[in-house]
Amino acid sequence: MGLIFQTIFCLLTILSFGIFAQKILRIRRSILLGKATHLNHHPGQRWRNVILLALGQKKMFQKPIVAVLHLIVYIGFIIINIELLEIIVDGIFGTHRVFSESMGGFYTFLINTFEILALLVTIACVIFLIRRNSIKLKRFISKDLEGWPRSDANYILIFEILLMSLFLLMNAADHELSFIISKNFTPWLTSNFDEEQLLLVEKTAWWLHIIGIYAFMNYLPYSKHLHIVLAFPNAYYAPLIPSGTLHNMPDIQNEVLYAMQPELAPSNAAAPESFGAKEATELSWKNLMDAYSCSECGRCTDACPANSTGKLLSPRKIMMATRDRIETISKNIEANKVFIPDGKTLLHDYITVEELRACTTCNACVTECPISISPLDIIIELRRSLVMEQSNAPQEWNSMFSNIENNFAPWKFSPDDRDAWTKA
Amino acid sequence: MKVSTMAEMMASGEQPEILFWVGCAGSFDQRAQKITKAFATILNKAGVKYAILGKEEACTGDPARRAGNEFMFQMMAYQNIQILNGYNIKKIVTTCPHCFNTLKNEYPELGGNYDVIHHTQFLQELIEQGKIKFTDSNEWKGKSITYHDSCYLGRANEIYEAPRKVLESLDMELKEMKRCKSKGLCCGAGGAQMFKEEEKGDKRINTERAEETRATATDFVASACPFCNTMLSDGLKVAENQNDPAVLDIAEIIAQAIK
Repeated sequence: MGLIFQTIFCLLTILSFGIFAQKILRIRRSILLGKATHLNHHPGQRWRNVILLALGQKKMFQKPIVAVLHLIVYIGFIIINIELLEIIVDGIFGTHRVFSESMGGFYTFLINTFEILALLVTIACVIFLIRRNSIKLKRFISKDLEGWPRSDANYILIFEILLMSLFLLMNAADHELSFIISKNFTPWLTSNFDEEQLLLVEKTAWWLHIIGIYAFMNYLPYSKHLHIVLAFPNAYYAPLIPSGTLHNMPDIQNEVLYAMQPELAPSNAAAPESFGAKEATELSWKNLMDAYSCSECGRCTDACPANSTGKLLSPRKIMMATRDRIETISKNIEANKVFIPDGKTLLHDYITVEELRACTTCNACVTECPISISPLDIIIELRRSLVMEQSNAPQEWNSMFSNIENNFAPWKFSPDDRDAWTKA
Repeated sequence: MKVSTMAEMMASGEQPEILFWVGCAGSFDQRAQKITKAFATILNKAGVKYAILGKEEACTGDPARRAGNEFMFQMMAYQNIQILNGYNIKKIVTTCPHCFNTLKNEYPELGGNYDVIHHTQFLQELIEQGKIKFTDSNEWKGKSITYHDSCYLGRANEIYEAPRKVLESLDMELKEMKRCKSKGLCCGAGGAQMFKEEEKGDKRINTERAEETRATATDFVASACPFCNTMLSDGLKVAENQNDPAVLDIAEIIAQAIK
């Protein structure tokens, strides 16, 4: 009998990790559909960002209460998963709490710590559930989250509560042992169940707990919860320059240079394929990693001056639309080996001109994001495509462009009057 | 007002310690011209040897770049860098945060490397060095003021303290708006919005910000950007409330207090 369970456990473990690895590689492939960008310089500063922003969750602490709750869930979840080591060893070898004897008192200390954290995680998740669904917080009732994203957020919280409860139930049913939180439930269990039933409760909780963890792991790639993995590389690759700086376009820089100084132009200069991005694959891989990292918290949209005055733009939606689009492209490639045009593009079909036009490039969204995502970067790339590839600009902007070209100022003033203020 | 151009300085074999980059708003917009003149007055009184490019100055390309027209931006950057490098310019001060950001952060990659500072930083330096002295009857003393952070000075370049320090040096009572510094609300002009109608929504962004300035109930609102200045002034005008604070650039405030 034991051997059957061990075999099932081993198969389940291999299958779960196998599928998870496959999904992570798939996301990596999707991200690498983006254009190359080189973000490896200054590794010291980048590791500092990983420690401060991802590990230390520095920006979360602008809202201290939420930050503490979030930190509990995050640390709790990571630390409790150390227990997974024992669960896996037990599962493979059919042992029962394999480390308990060799570790002695330290084992009790560890499990006690895990239990306290499990209780705190449960409480924090319950608070988060209530906050998300009962308190009408603008960024949570927003229409950005209609449908799947709203359910996703709730599923994650319910899932975590279930996992923590199963862990505590498993310990409580193990009535020969006594741990700080679960011991309080043991008397109730022993008075209602006999020895055999208790064993069944413990085993069932054990199995559901580990199956739950494997399921959760494999749910991550579909969820906003992927940020627990991607926040780390995203912080590493965060831009290190002042946020007001836009990416240079060397192709255009050279084209202007060769127009002004033709003697510098190489004879074999190839014309660039396209300018800016109308499709997700024309964004950089960092933009796409941003999209997969987004936890849809909405701090960006909350701070966006356009959004808060009723314009269509929502930086969070920009990130969600980008992820949706690159997922669709990935699936298309998987089904057809190469991308078969589906008559849609990121620009227009997923993100509209009206949204792009509302941005004031104020950097509030970029500053707010706890994990260094830049919706602004995507907005600018799409604007570039709109203006330079499709000549799609409002009339007032076209006038502004021609004024700059002819009068060297965005307004129609004579350049000869530029120093008129000195005479007035 | 006597202001030397680089061309004039070159002709007489002189080199200024700093170039004053006036910017398009500062050159052409009637309201912003007052800010330009106020800052030039301060430079004169503080004994700073400076010059402007005059007719040789051109738009940095900021609004074109942010609207998506990289060609136009690169054209302007090329021209400006040619001129600046031709005059061997080392240090630039500007009253416009958009010019400041472009010159400081975006020109180096294109071959234009200068020490660029914003006029509020320069004012802070001059005050600390004792080069700016205030009149004995400091009429600003005790007056309440709120400072509106420009996005391209604040979030984009993390300059939050210099403008505040300058106001405090006048013993003004600085009251913060609820959204300030890195949380400051945009005036609505950035990203080339200044040059087009706002997209449709419930409210204009400058109206929203004007209401926030009004809510602080201060005597004045300080700006450090000609575009913010216009946006906030317009936003306050809509309600035509006589008690509304006047919107002044920090340079204008200093110019009125300087000895």
